[in-house]
Amino acid sequence: MSYSTVQDRAAARPVAPAPSPRRSRKPGRRREGPQFRGLVSPHTLTTTRGKIVYWVVMSVVLVTFTAAFVFPLYWMFTGAMKSPEELAQVPPTFFPETLNWGVWAEAWDLLDLGLFLKNTLLYAAGAWLFTLTFDVAAAYALSKLRPILGNVVLALMLSTLMIPPTVILLPAYLTVKDLPILGWNLLNTPWAIWLPAVANGFFIFLLKRFFDSIPRELLEAAQIDGASPLRILWSVVLPVSRPIIGVVSILAVVNVWKDFVWPLLVLPDSEKMSISVGISSLSAQMPQNVLIAALFIASVPAIVVFLIFQRSIMAGLTAGSLKG
Amino acid sequence: MSTMTVKGSRRRSPGATRRSVSRNLTAYGFLSGALICFAFFSWYPMIREFILSFQKTNFIDPPEWVGFENFETVFDDSAFASAWLNTATFTLLALVFGYVVPFVFALVLNELRHARAYLRLVVYLPVMLPPAVAVLLFKWFYDPGAGLFNQALDVFGLGPLAWLDSTDTALLSLVIVSTWMNLGTGTLIYLAALQSIPSELYEAAELDGAGLFKRVWHVTIPQTKLILLVMLLLQIVATMQVFIEPFLLTGGGPENGTVTVAYLMYQYAFSFGNWGGGGALGLMLMLVLIVFSAVYLRVSRDRT
Repeated sequence: MSYSTVQDRAAARPVAPAPSPRRSRKPGRRREGPQFRGLVSPHTLTTTRGKIVYWVVMSVVLVTFTAAFVFPLYWMFTGAMKSPEELAQVPPTFFPETLNWGVWAEAWDLLDLGLFLKNTLLYAAGAWLFTLTFDVAAAYALSKLRPILGNVVLALMLSTLMIPPTVILLPAYLTVKDLPILGWNLLNTPWAIWLPAVANGFFIFLLKRFFDSIPRELLEAAQIDGASPLRILWSVVLPVSRPIIGVVSILAVVNVWKDFVWPLLVLPDSEKMSISVGISSLSAQMPQNVLIAALFIASVPAIVVFLIFQRSIMAGLTAGSLKG
Repeated sequence: MSTMTVKGSRRRSPGATRRSVSRNLTAYGFLSGALICFAFFSWYPMIREFILSFQKTNFIDPPEWVGFENFETVFDDSAFASAWLNTATFTLLALVFGYVVPFVFALVLNELRHARAYLRLVVYLPVMLPPAVAVLLFKWFYDPGAGLFNQALDVFGLGPLAWLDSTDTALLSLVIVSTWMNLGTGTLIYLAALQSIPSELYEAAELDGAGLFKRVWHVTIPQTKLILLVMLLLQIVATMQVFIEPFLLTGGGPENGTVTVAYLMYQYAFSFGNWGGGGALGLMLMLVLIVFSAVYLRVSRDRT
């Protein structure tokens, strides 16, 4: 047994977000000291010509990135605050002439954003809970309990990675509409989001690869003390698996938050819609400025969450870098 | 794993058998939640996809096996060829922009010594927005009158363009939105890959007199070859499923100019009520994408 764990551990190592060189540096200042270099040699950067070129490139990049990725957000924010007449004006004004603060409340009420946000939160929270419970338990069983046919089960789960979700959209919808054997109709219930979210081969892959790297001796010690498998999972495996749990949690929540097609199909009732589906379904009937305000409100949670969890989100991105 | 039964290899004592049974029962208890979800929402739909595409069904009468009739219906549809052509064009254009640009961004960002945290943050910001929000935002930018893009073109004395309303630019407009909201992922992944390239390689190349572009070509690209290949495959699989852009921006128009396979599949089922035809389209898309996915899984397994 112990032979295979050594290999598995080596394979699993990239998953644990190793302290990246970036993290150790002081915020905002140059990093890694003199050894680091990229394409351009540090020597070139000390020459006058090198410095000029560097600062020209630096400024161009700064301006381009700000224009491409920040300016649209500024335009959205100010566009929402303009009056409908000013919004339709050609050429447009850079700063709004009058600030229409009332538009935020108007968008909130007209589009029922409170309800949509609450729904989305409910879907994301439930999907997170079910995904973590079921996928962690399954990966633990496959990695540490190793039942008969465990490898077959794992292969079947990983094989779903080959099937992109869009291509089984129609049969998946029909399944949710009339669950085989049980005959339940899950449309317009949160279960239609929660349960399919669990069936994620990539999460099983990430979790199992991490659990494989936990030394067997650690579990055996607990086993000798008479701990049950559940107890071992809870008090031994989970505490050391925090990095991967964090990555899977973020991915699970973000997946639900960003998804559009699936909630569009399985939650058609306007009382049950997620925020993306809700806004887009009402977009045609709304005045332009109200719609833009709603779009801005819908982006705020995503941006705030990103600013708070930036580091873990980016770590998760490169940790599971094989699936974007 | 056969190595694990070393202790009880020949003759098991009754106690060992009981332990083994109980271990298996516990294991399947832990697996049950995930197994049920996979069975209902992944494995069964995969099988149902095949059934669906060879049946005629209206959900009232019992479904009827019709052989390849659904496929013939779909082939005869004039939108069918457009859908595949548009999907292929979209994927190609999305690669030209969405594959090359992030790599170039990462190369440049890796050289800069200032504002690194800001630039990394900003490039990833659009990825965090819900795609529906980003797409609707661009719908407003594409407005032929007061939209941001035509106004910006006007500053340079260009335009105005019809963007979504013209067959010449509609598909390109979809590619632009899609690239804008996705390129942060690629940029950050390449950036991480670039930082693992040993400095000595660049130093050695420099001593050999290799210029900047030669260093990119002979050091950077070979060193990041695998991640480049993996990302290429992932991106092909992701962009070929394009749905939300035509759904929210153009409704497939003008003149089927932006109908994609996934969108046509949706239309067959939910607009025309022809689930067999939709199933046939889904099956075709599945077979194409499985090829790319399988290569991707192979390549990425070799990497780890």
